[in-house]
Amino acid sequence: MRIIARRLALYALTFWVAITVNFLLPHFMPGNPLQTMIGKLQTEVTPQEIRAIILSLGGGLKGSLMSQYFTYIGQLLHGNLGVSITQSATVSSILISHVPWTIGLIGVSTVISFLVGTISGALLGWTRGSRLDSLIPTATFFQAVPYFFLATVVLLVFGSNLHWFPVLGAYSQNLIPGWHWPFVASLLRYGELPILSIVLSSVAGWMLGMRNMMITMVAEDFVLMAIAMGLPKRKVIWAAARNAVLPSIANLSLAIGLVVSGALLVELVFNYPGVGDLLLNAIQSQDYPLIQGIFLCITLTVLAANLLADLVYLWLDPRTRTEVAP
Amino acid sequence: MKSLRIPRSPKVILGLGILGFFVILMIIGPYIAPYSPDNTAFAANLTPSAHHWFGTTSLGQDIFSQTLVGARATMVVALVAGGVATLLSIIVGISAGYIGGFTDDGLTLTSNVFLALPGLPLLIVIDSYLPVDDRSNSLVIGFVIALTGWAWGARVLRAQTMSLRNRDFVESSRIIGEKRLRIMFSEIAPNLLPILASSLLFTILYSIGAYVTLAYIGLTSTAVWNWGTMLFWAQANNAPLSGEWYWFVPPGICIALVGTSLALLNFGIDEFINPRLRAGGLSGRQRRRLGMPRRQRLGLTPVVRSVTTAPRLTTPTQNQVTS
Repeated sequence: MRIIARRLALYALTFWVAITVNFLLPHFMPGNPLQTMIGKLQTEVTPQEIRAIILSLGGGLKGSLMSQYFTYIGQLLHGNLGVSITQSATVSSILISHVPWTIGLIGVSTVISFLVGTISGALLGWTRGSRLDSLIPTATFFQAVPYFFLATVVLLVFGSNLHWFPVLGAYSQNLIPGWHWPFVASLLRYGELPILSIVLSSVAGWMLGMRNMMITMVAEDFVLMAIAMGLPKRKVIWAAARNAVLPSIANLSLAIGLVVSGALLVELVFNYPGVGDLLLNAIQSQDYPLIQGIFLCITLTVLAANLLADLVYLWLDPRTRTEVAP
Repeated sequence: MKSLRIPRSPKVILGLGILGFFVILMIIGPYIAPYSPDNTAFAANLTPSAHHWFGTTSLGQDIFSQTLVGARATMVVALVAGGVATLLSIIVGISAGYIGGFTDDGLTLTSNVFLALPGLPLLIVIDSYLPVDDRSNSLVIGFVIALTGWAWGARVLRAQTMSLRNRDFVESSRIIGEKRLRIMFSEIAPNLLPILASSLLFTILYSIGAYVTLAYIGLTSTAVWNWGTMLFWAQANNAPLSGEWYWFVPPGICIALVGTSLALLNFGIDEFINPRLRAGGLSGRQRRRLGMPRRQRLGLTPVVRSVTTAPRLTTPTQNQVTS
């Protein structure tokens, strides 16, 4: 329990840092932040837009920096992230319509990628020195390719050349979104290609990490003992893999941030209507309240995922539970 | 460098070769480019030919020249960001590990916060507020990227420093009365070299990815050619859907090759740190020549050095295990 409380405190602190960065950034820019923001907008500015910007800066520019800061935090606590400059809607309402797409896409692909990578890594570690080792340079190459580039290639080859998969968007435009079978089927069909490219980009990391741990684990005495006892091979591999997977899970919470960052760009390539796509539009139209809202939202999601990964780790590894706090 | 004994596996040699090639390209790229990357004088959308090795863009710019010129900005930012981030992680990691106490608590907390913050979104928010002339400055971008990428290295270095701080040689320099800074940076730091190298490679890898990503979503100045900007224009002109593979494949392959070379070098360092992985660095031919079995036997750690002294690897224990 103590460990969970400490992790929670860390994540709360991290989120507070994110909020503070968000608040301070516009104020650190040279000149009046309001003027700077308006100056960055290329189009004519309406009074409504000015009001939106003022809100995102912490309720007017009156008062000291501290009082603005507290106004800003107060608004956040009420779930008020300001009003988007370009789309006349509140940032939170825009986010709510985009976030489920991203969480679905990234969640599914992370789980698939972790499972595939860990299992194949365990087998690679077990059969080290065999022909399967030639997979490693390939995996390294995929790991080094930026997510969005791989997505672009996948889109070109399987989407627009071979026509195996539908290419753009998240579902067929002829369907009305809802919980009925044709829509869900189309959702899955359109999700295949983005999921495939995220899995391809991220699987190598899990695989290589697991392989290295497995090689170290296979040399341990207990594996030797298991073989000497004449246990079936399947059971020996399972015993070794169960121990080798722990560092992978411990790293899960660190890797989630990276995977989310990469996956946001995959959305962009596939025009997937998630947060990544939204972020790009916000950047291009210099919609600062929206950019900041997206940043806070992504941070919160990643931290929640981290906490989940920590809980899984605590559940799997009894040593971490009995550890005496220093 | 002999003291480092970096394994001369094909992986390391290949990695060094590729990285060296791109470092040379970084220096001479802009001088050997046949045309100006901005020159729009050619016909649009040409496929690769003898005149235009990588074809032309829809504006009629030579893609081969863009790739050569773009090497400089991309590599410079990656190296600057990687260097600055590693420097930060050395300072934070070694001080936290060596000094301990409140310093350690504070620094560890800071690096944990930076580890938990998602790097790319943070980078995007900071970068979107940068004034336009800073966005074209490779150094500024490099520093911002370094700010988001130092924490992992710091954590690893701290752990290693803590395991070194009570060793005899450190203890004795403390007794002699060496200054704290001197102990930290001339006694402890040299022993962290392999980990340092691995962390440097990782940060360069991260930096190149981050920079290219920023350029790809249009957050760096389009006046500076780099591989990410090329991908940005390719995407903006719908090159992937209209089948103009020659537009976005060259910069993508370059990024991937640099990344692969860094990862290959890292394998070499991993094998140096962890001898159990080392035999994996041998090619099939080398292994046969050394008289090692094609498949590794279980319960045995093949170490290259022991192989050279004892050419046959069939020890009694091993026979007992496998028979």
